[in-house]
Amino acid sequence: MIMKTVNTVGIVGYGAYIPMNRLRASEVNRVWGGSGTPIEEKSVTAMDEDAVTIAVECARYAVKRGKIAPKDIGAVYVGTESKPYAVKPCGTIVAESIGATPNVMAADYEFACKAGTEAFQTCIGLVSSGMVRYAMAIGADTAQGRPADALEYTAACGGAAYIFGRKPDRTIADLEGSYSFVTDTPDFWRRGREMYPRHGSRFTGEPAYFHHVISAAKGLMEELGTEPGDFTYAVFHQPNTKFPIKAARTIGFGMDAIKPGLVVPFVGNTYAGSTLLGLAATLDVASPGDRILAVSYGSGAGSDAFSFIVQDEIANNPRLDPPVSVFINRKRYIDYSLYSKLRGKFIK
Amino acid sequence: MSVPRYWRETRYRYRLIGEMCTECGAIFFPRRAVCLKCGSVELEEYKLKEIGTVATWTTIRNPPEGYEKYAPYIVALVELDDGVMVLTQVVDIEPEEMKTGMRVEAAFRKVKEDGSSGIIEYGFKFRPIIE
Repeated sequence: MIMKTVNTVGIVGYGAYIPMNRLRASEVNRVWGGSGTPIEEKSVTAMDEDAVTIAVECARYAVKRGKIAPKDIGAVYVGTESKPYAVKPCGTIVAESIGATPNVMAADYEFACKAGTEAFQTCIGLVSSGMVRYAMAIGADTAQGRPADALEYTAACGGAAYIFGRKPDRTIADLEGSYSFVTDTPDFWRRGREMYPRHGSRFTGEPAYFHHVISAAKGLMEELGTEPGDFTYAVFHQPNTKFPIKAARTIGFGMDAIKPGLVVPFVGNTYAGSTLLGLAATLDVASPGDRILAVSYGSGAGSDAFSFIVQDEIANNPRLDPPVSVFINRKRYIDYSLYSKLRGKFIK
Repeated sequence: MSVPRYWRETRYRYRLIGEMCTECGAIFFPRRAVCLKCGSVELEEYKLKEIGTVATWTTIRNPPEGYEKYAPYIVALVELDDGVMVLTQVVDIEPEEMKTGMRVEAAFRKVKEDGSSGIIEYGFKFRPIIE
């Protein structure tokens, strides 16, 4: 069933961050003898970056973009499956770093790649109810991929942060409605104390990604009485280049609708950051009146679908933060040796 | 660094907050209990500018204990736009690309880890301006 807010809730600010190291898919092929190129290249953290530093960078840009006082943020939720601490929240570090402490809620969410949009839902509810003025949802990951596994081509690092507020506060995109679709589907998992995840190979496709993404997208559109032609843009979770394009075409979207937000060929799958980064790249080029469909996917499994309508504020709001394209173009290529060092694959 | 000491400094290291002497206007980072310029003890928090210029720099290839995995890394004196000189690492750049006078901005990074089970210390470093 569609979820609608009691009061009009929208995005007040957003910010993205992508580390500058890039590993080409061809470099993975060179080392392991493969021939696949599910993406062109993926982003890799520097030695002193992790999911917390990525989340903080996004959060700081979102505050700049929103031009709000950090003390007015009543909740900071970080969606990630790359927590530097097993026990100790990333959210407290982010909240402290942006100056939102101490009167703030903070926690970390885990739902594989949809932890960021799960945080969206919580923030939207908190803001709509009036419990807090602003709430921040972040999706940030330094994704893990076992050497030589299919995931090693795509498991990437990056994220985005969103601040939700309620009218009459200035919003750059208002939420029209959301729809969540969740089942118990074991397509991808990582057990406690395991360094790398395991996955069900082809099982991750039809019964997992496509079933949930398409069901959530269609469910939301049916409840809103809309069709693909009513949306200017669409963003789907991006585990590789093929899946979001196939999902879009199945639902009825053309490449023009998804291209602005299709960042995976140049960044990789940033897991909890993936849909949020795609949405940020789409908002970067959106105009007032545009309607945007954003659909996440998290293994385990589930999808959250959102419909946003872009507001005049997006044009009235001079930017103080770099757009996603700047981060995509800011890069330094590394070879597999340095990648192995940066991702902690050597035993000393 | 002990956990209590790190905890006492997080707010200042995360947000790049120093202190300003209310008597003579001198600004300090890290914070000081007494103004080094006029001797006053009347100091208040001051949010430092997060943009500055590299005054001088060097490359560390033989790091002290705890920093080994980051080597080689760049340490610089950066003069912030409010005139405060800070000692900091400069990241996202290779040593051969560094230049005195280049503009840099604050970046939030890991500074040090207390092994695999201890506290992770975060704080500011600087990087070429992203624009």
